[in-house]
Amino acid sequence: MIEVQNLTKRYGPFTAVDNVSFKAERGEILGFLGPNGAGKTTTMRILTGYMPPTEGRAVVAGYDVLEKPIDAKRRTGYLPETPPLYPDMTVRDYLDFCARIKAVPRADRKARVNTVMERTRVADMATRHCAKLSKGYRQRVGLAQALLHNPDVLILDEPTAGLDPKQIIETRRLIKELGGDHTVILSTHILPEVSQTCNRVVIINKGRVVAVDTPENLTAKLRGSETMYLQIDAAGADASAALAAVPGVSRVGTSEVRGTVVGYEIESGAGRDVRRDLSAAVVSRGWGLLELRPLRMSLEEVFLHLTTDETTAPAVVEQRSGEVPVE
Amino acid sequence: MSNVIAIAQKELKGYFASPIAYIVLGFFSLMFGVFYYSVLLYFNQQSMQMAGMGGGAAINVNDQLIRPVFLNMSVVLLFVLPMVTMRTYSEEKRSGTIELLLTSPLTDFQIIMGKFVGAMALFLAMLATTLVHVGVLFAFGNPEWRPIATGYLGIILMGGCFVALGLLISSLTKNQIVAGMITFAVFLLLWVINWPAQFTGPTTQQVLNYLAITDHLDDFTRGIVDTKHLVYYLSFIAFGLFLTARSVDSERWRG
Repeated sequence: MIEVQNLTKRYGPFTAVDNVSFKAERGEILGFLGPNGAGKTTTMRILTGYMPPTEGRAVVAGYDVLEKPIDAKRRTGYLPETPPLYPDMTVRDYLDFCARIKAVPRADRKARVNTVMERTRVADMATRHCAKLSKGYRQRVGLAQALLHNPDVLILDEPTAGLDPKQIIETRRLIKELGGDHTVILSTHILPEVSQTCNRVVIINKGRVVAVDTPENLTAKLRGSETMYLQIDAAGADASAALAAVPGVSRVGTSEVRGTVVGYEIESGAGRDVRRDLSAAVVSRGWGLLELRPLRMSLEEVFLHLTTDETTAPAVVEQRSGEVPVE
Repeated sequence: MSNVIAIAQKELKGYFASPIAYIVLGFFSLMFGVFYYSVLLYFNQQSMQMAGMGGGAAINVNDQLIRPVFLNMSVVLLFVLPMVTMRTYSEEKRSGTIELLLTSPLTDFQIIMGKFVGAMALFLAMLATTLVHVGVLFAFGNPEWRPIATGYLGIILMGGCFVALGLLISSLTKNQIVAGMITFAVFLLLWVINWPAQFTGPTTQQVLNYLAITDHLDDFTRGIVDTKHLVYYLSFIAFGLFLTARSVDSERWRG
C-alpha cells in the first residue's frame, strides 16, 4: 500500500530526512515515533505530495507521488499537524468544499459529509463556524476532512494532539476501526498510543530510521535479560543468598526496604522463567510472598535507548531500569 | 473545471464572509459616485455655456462624460484591487490551509484559476454597481452604447492584469499586509511609469509608454478595440498567472 524507498529530503545543508525506507501493507496501522524535529512531518508531507523528496521514491496506493500525484492524492487522506480549516466557513460548508475538491461524486456528497461527521462526532457542530471550534473539535473536523473520500491510505500527523482524555480514547478507537480497510500512518510522540493502536512502529531520529518492528518485539528485543520484582515479608538474613541460589537467577539486587518488607529485583537469563522456582524457594522457607511480577522494559525506555546518543544511552537506561514501567 | 468552480466559489464566499467584500464594494461605488457626479457637474456647466453661446456642435456625452469617468475608475481600481488580492495566497499560507489544497487531487493550475476567477467575480460585482449610473445616462440622455461596452471591456482586462499581478505578489509572502502594500506600490508604479517619458529619448519613451498599464485603456474608452492593447492585457494576465504557478511550485521545493 505504501512503499518508501531511500527517501531523502535536504533543506540546503540540513538533511531533514535521511535515506528512509519502509513499507506498510493494506489494513496496517503504522506508528511513526520520534522526538520533535526527527523528520516525521517532512516524511508525511512527501507521502501526501505536499513537497517532493530530494532523492528516493514514495509509492502510495500503487502510484508514485511524484509521477502520478493526482492519482496518489485521490487515494490519500491527510490530517496535517494544524488542521487546515477555513475560519469563516461552517463545519458543514467546509466539509462540503473538501468533498468537492477531493472528487467525491456530487450525488454522494451530502451522505458522505453526514457519515464522516457522525464517525468523528462533530455533527452537533455542523452549523458552527470553524473559527469558533475548540481545539478538540478542530482536530476532529480535520480528521473528518481526511476521511471524506474514503481513501485507501490515511496519513495522520499527531491525530490526538490537543484532545481531552475521553476524546483521545474515542479517536484511538476510531483509528483502530479504520485500520481494518485503510492503511493508516500516524505520527505521535505519545508512547502508550503506539502500543495501543499500532501494528508496527517506525522509530526515526534525526531523519534516520532506527527501528521498525511491532511494539512487542521492540520491547522484547531490547531486553537482554528478564527482570522480576519480588516482595517478601519477614525474610531471613540469608534471603539474598537463598534467592541467588535459585537455578537461572543471575543477579539479585535489593531495591527497597520498608520495615520487614523487602523488595528485590531479580535478573535471569533471557527467555527463562524463574517465577515457579522463586516462589517455591520463598514459600518453602516460610517467608511471606507479597508480590512477584515481571518488570518489562517499557516502550519509553526502548525509545530513549534508540533515540539518545550512543554514549549516553546506556547510562540513561541503567538509571531507569529500577523504575516501575509507566504502563 | 468543476474544481476551478469549487475554489472560485469558496474564494467568493470568503470575501463575503469577511468585511472585505463590503468595504471594497462600498468604497468603490462611493468613489465612482463622487467622480461621476463631479464630471457630470462639469459637463452640465459646459453644455450650458455652449447653449448660451448660441449652439455650435452639441457636446458629446461619450467623450466628455463617460470617457473621463472610465479613466478615473481605473485609478480607483488601483487602490481597491490590492485589497481583493492581498489575502488570496498569503492567508492560506499563514493558516496552513494551503496544505489542504496542495494535498487534494488538484493541479496548481486549477487552484490558481479558481482564485483568479473568484477575485474576478468580486471585481465584476464592483463594476456592476456602476451600471446604475450608466442607466441614468441612458434614461435622460442619448449616449452611444458601443464605446461604453468597449470601455467596460478595457476596464475588465485592466482589472484582470491587476488581479493576476496581485495573486503573484500574494503567493510570495505569508503576510497579507505586506502583500497588499507591495501590490499597491507595483500598481502605482505601472500607472506613473510613463510620466517622465516625454523627457527621455525616443526608444525609452516608447518602452515606458507601452509599459504604462492605464495608457492602454485610453483607446478602449474611445470605442477602439486595438489588437495591440488586447495583446498587452491578455499576455500580462497570462504571464502573471504563469509566474504565480512558478512561485507556488518553487515554494514546494524550498519547503
